[in-house]
Amino acid sequence: MNHNIDFIEQWIEPGSRVLDVGCGDGTLLASLRDQRKVLGYGLEIDPKSIGSCLEKGVNVIEHDLNKGLKNFADQSFDTVLMTHTLQALRYPHLVLDEILRIGGKGIVTFPNFGNWRTRAYLSLRGRMPVTKQLAYQWYDTPNIHFFTYADFEALCKERTINILHRQFLTHGFPDRLLKSVWPNLFTETAVYHLSR
Amino acid sequence: MSLETSDTQKDLSESVGWVKPQKVLIEQPLKLACGVVLPSHTLVYETYGKLNKECSNAILICHALSGNHHAAGFYKDDPKPGWWDQYIGPGKPIDSNRFFIVCVNNIGSCFGSTGPASDNPDTGKPFGANFPPLRARDWVESQRLLMAHLNIDCWAAVVGGSLGGMQAMRWSLEHPDKLQHAVVIASSMKLTAQNIAFNEIARKAIKSDADFCDGNYLQENKIPHRGLALARMIGHVTYLSDELMGQKFGRDLKAGDLLQGKTEPVEFQIESYLNYQGDKFSDFFDANSYILITKMLDYFDLAREYNHDPVAAFKHAKCKFLVVSFSSDWRFSPARSRELTDALIAAGKDVSYIAIDSDHGHDAFLLPNQRYQEALGGYLSRLADQLEGAQ
Repeated sequence: MNHNIDFIEQWIEPGSRVLDVGCGDGTLLASLRDQRKVLGYGLEIDPKSIGSCLEKGVNVIEHDLNKGLKNFADQSFDTVLMTHTLQALRYPHLVLDEILRIGGKGIVTFPNFGNWRTRAYLSLRGRMPVTKQLAYQWYDTPNIHFFTYADFEALCKERTINILHRQFLTHGFPDRLLKSVWPNLFTETAVYHLSR
Repeated sequence: MSLETSDTQKDLSESVGWVKPQKVLIEQPLKLACGVVLPSHTLVYETYGKLNKECSNAILICHALSGNHHAAGFYKDDPKPGWWDQYIGPGKPIDSNRFFIVCVNNIGSCFGSTGPASDNPDTGKPFGANFPPLRARDWVESQRLLMAHLNIDCWAAVVGGSLGGMQAMRWSLEHPDKLQHAVVIASSMKLTAQNIAFNEIARKAIKSDADFCDGNYLQENKIPHRGLALARMIGHVTYLSDELMGQKFGRDLKAGDLLQGKTEPVEFQIESYLNYQGDKFSDFFDANSYILITKMLDYFDLAREYNHDPVAAFKHAKCKFLVVSFSSDWRFSPARSRELTDALIAAGKDVSYIAIDSDHGHDAFLLPNQRYQEALGGYLSRLADQLEGAQ
């Protein structure tokens, strides 16, 4: 699900150092390099995505996130980004700690399980949701944690992580209008700007 | 016989074709790291592709321990192409349609450039063991003189595997304005103790051959074949992986039989293969060069003069880097490549790192591998696009 997350460019200082953890094909890093002149590096494990980064001239480091981020020194980046990866990691809370150890600020995005489509899918069909946002069967999915943005904010509070900004994204009408009334029901993707 | 001819013709159309080495006498004195000055020296090199009008599309290929200037294409009298023909040629990752590619046989080696087997102008006899000790930076300085001879002001990229990668890194620190990209493949910022140990065993093997004559074998009309072959056999084992040797040779027998009641000697395939490789190598490589260049590998330490801080060292670089490692390479393991990548990131340099899955050990950097070819090709084709766009 590709939401437009151009607004996060405003959260990133021009010329700063950015680490994109799970950078995919490097589109976001290429845009940050061209628009914000950042010195960016992406971590990725998928060979095809790595190839796309190389062709874009995006700095990409082949890296298995399950082996941790110990290679990176404390506060060695201004911003550490992680888009749509948190829900696929074994210990998301420890990864959040690592993001804010390495970066002065963190930006994370994740699919909001509180969205009405997933709720309706589970409650009416009695089956685990397979939606555009979460397009996998339960037995073969990279997404091993399901949580809502309210769960995420509770975790941030527990671990004394400051929320600098948040943005809730959704597709289509009337969801976009209703989002302001019932954000948890109508948000598909949550985007957070964090610090410690 | 006709089959061989057609194979060669097929390869020819996919390669840079027939090539001829060139020779130049570099008349500027070259002051070596050890303090000795070579008043002049000869370099043998090959080039592939065309230098553009702006002289901006040149790539320097740096060879490793036993390599030479013949990196691509064919000689009329040799059915085998150059040592990196899989990677250099028209439409190949290092594309001769787009780049002007230079590969030089470095000093101290034994394929026509000044080295231990050359005559010392002071004595009229071969340098032999008296050839001055070399460092990777000496190769870089000699390549710098060839660069001037070829009217190239800045390399689009300096590319090398193993010791070749060390030269690419040294280029980035010694002449930061003279290269745009460094491609460092299966390399390391310094050798480990285990690596130095293997090199010393190889040197000891050579020196233990009675025909070595303390390095003056050429004057005695002798060649330390057995010692050099043994040195190569040791090296060769360390360039392969256990998995690959298992797949390729297993416990297959070349001769004899392991049934009880038989007395004739048994020869495993791997024994026969290694002996063949060692003998072949000792026919064309110079023993003093092998000693000299293995020492050069041992002495290399990228950050020694930067207070042993690789981050401080790499801060001097201005080029972008591509670092490549291979999973089964235990002589220059992926961990060594990752160390230098991490140092580059900490130094704030543009760098990409790819870890290729391969069973081929250290030798993987020379062999066909789809992902490696695509990654190197993708990286360099973007560079070629930029150079061509700037014209």
